[in-house]
Amino acid sequence: MSESAGGSQDVTRAEVCVVACAEAWRGDGELLASPFGTIPSAGARLARLTFEPDLVLTDGEAALMANTPGVSGPRGELLLEAWLPYRRVFDVVWSGRRHVMMIATQIDRYGNQNISAIGDWAKPKAQLVGVRGAPGNTVNHPTSYWVPSHSPRAFVEHVDVVCGVGYDRAASAGESATRHHDLRVVVTNLAVLDFETPDHAMRLRSVHPGVSAADVQAATGFELVMDDRVPTTRLPDDDELRLIRDVIDPDGLREAEVSA
Amino acid sequence: MVGELRSGMTIGFGGWGSRRKPMAAVRAILRAGIDDLTVVSYGGPDVGLLCAYGRVRKVVFGFVTLDSIALDPHFRRARQEGSVEAMEVDEGMFYLGLLAASQRVPFLPTRAGLGSDVMRLNPQLRTVVSPYDDREELVAVPALELDAAFVHLNRADTSGNGQVLGPDPFFDDLFLGAAQRRFVTAERVVAPGELLGEGPIQTITVTRLLTDAVAQCERGAHFTSCAPDYGRDEEFQGLYAKSAADQESWRSFSSKYVEVDEAGYRAALRELSETSRSSGGAG
Repeated sequence: MSESAGGSQDVTRAEVCVVACAEAWRGDGELLASPFGTIPSAGARLARLTFEPDLVLTDGEAALMANTPGVSGPRGELLLEAWLPYRRVFDVVWSGRRHVMMIATQIDRYGNQNISAIGDWAKPKAQLVGVRGAPGNTVNHPTSYWVPSHSPRAFVEHVDVVCGVGYDRAASAGESATRHHDLRVVVTNLAVLDFETPDHAMRLRSVHPGVSAADVQAATGFELVMDDRVPTTRLPDDDELRLIRDVIDPDGLREAEVSA
Repeated sequence: MVGELRSGMTIGFGGWGSRRKPMAAVRAILRAGIDDLTVVSYGGPDVGLLCAYGRVRKVVFGFVTLDSIALDPHFRRARQEGSVEAMEVDEGMFYLGLLAASQRVPFLPTRAGLGSDVMRLNPQLRTVVSPYDDREELVAVPALELDAAFVHLNRADTSGNGQVLGPDPFFDDLFLGAAQRRFVTAERVVAPGELLGEGPIQTITVTRLLTDAVAQCERGAHFTSCAPDYGRDEEFQGLYAKSAADQESWRSFSSKYVEVDEAGYRAALRELSETSRSSGGAG
């Protein structure tokens, strides 16, 4: 059994988040892991370098990587194993052999996600990037989310534009929408959340070390489902910490993505 | 090419985000004064520039991004001021819309869109029930028919075959297939048969069946990337993004870099790179 490295005071919040993201892909085996954001990218790499060696990762362009270079780009040689231009990504999406971790600007109780616009869509208060592939991803293959700043602005009662489809919306759209719908976890700078409740309402799965369940609830714009005792998100072990610091993110980009 | 365009047309632009965008064609359209356009794009600065000049009635998109800069400020302003209409769809739906138009079928089915607000925000979208025993209800993505399409490729030949030497052909052949008038610009145009000297047969992804006109346009994707010929000009993209800050920045940017012919554009770029080299030396 491996001990956690040097006690929790030495491990940063960002490193806890990297491990929590890696855990999202546990058990996935051979499928395309598509992380958005630095910490999810580090997490997917960590998962592949440890407990999920068969995960498939892209180079962010049109190729799959045979090796696992760090998040700031290859220090040595980048080894490519296959060609996957964007058009063929849709073949993978629609086949279900993918687990994406997207960013959510807004997310609600049932996991509806918004990256399109804040306010009235016809004339938004803030235009965001657009729905991207979120509608298709969420009804075709497993989807998780990363929210680098957990706040009531991000965790809202109702999102302004449903891009990624939540459990309630999938159910009301019918069997075609629910057949392959599978929201896994939401990882934030404070906690890990999931939808493992009878009605798929968001549940507090674990709090990061130093964070209380009350802190998470206060940063959430709706009531979370939680047990009386909420577990603590696990720390990286010695090997994971070495991989994160020396191999995956030696430049420390992860520390710029979370404030805590 | 641009002489064949009219105001009010639906025009598709190839590339993806801030990658291999037919920017020289976009500037030519701006200079020609064509407006009231419906712009269909995996959106980048093509969408932003046309919006900045108020030439756009409607944008059909799944996203608009500059890649290394997450959001295009000109497009954002146009949307936030309510000055452009939008048809916003999942990026896979977008692909199927182009494919349907290329194949001359009215729609193609997909799960993408089910349950999302894409259906609410585009009330013209319909679903279709499978005629087979499964009876599944799927989104019927309508054909995205284009009056004209522009793509920028690494190489083309004078017959209209086109070649992508970079890693991703994106959806350029489908933009051409979906359009009535089909225009290719390329970094270099060679004689028929000579493309194989540039790269293997699999890189010639556009056949002359898909093109009406070809023009050589060196740095025709600038400031977006056109690998392997050149990468994205991040410094220039920064200028483009900053030009949205106020009227004065915009006037200075547009007079210098947009309202000029291609020779003037290249001269302005040379001047810019000399300035930045000398300031880099001083700093």
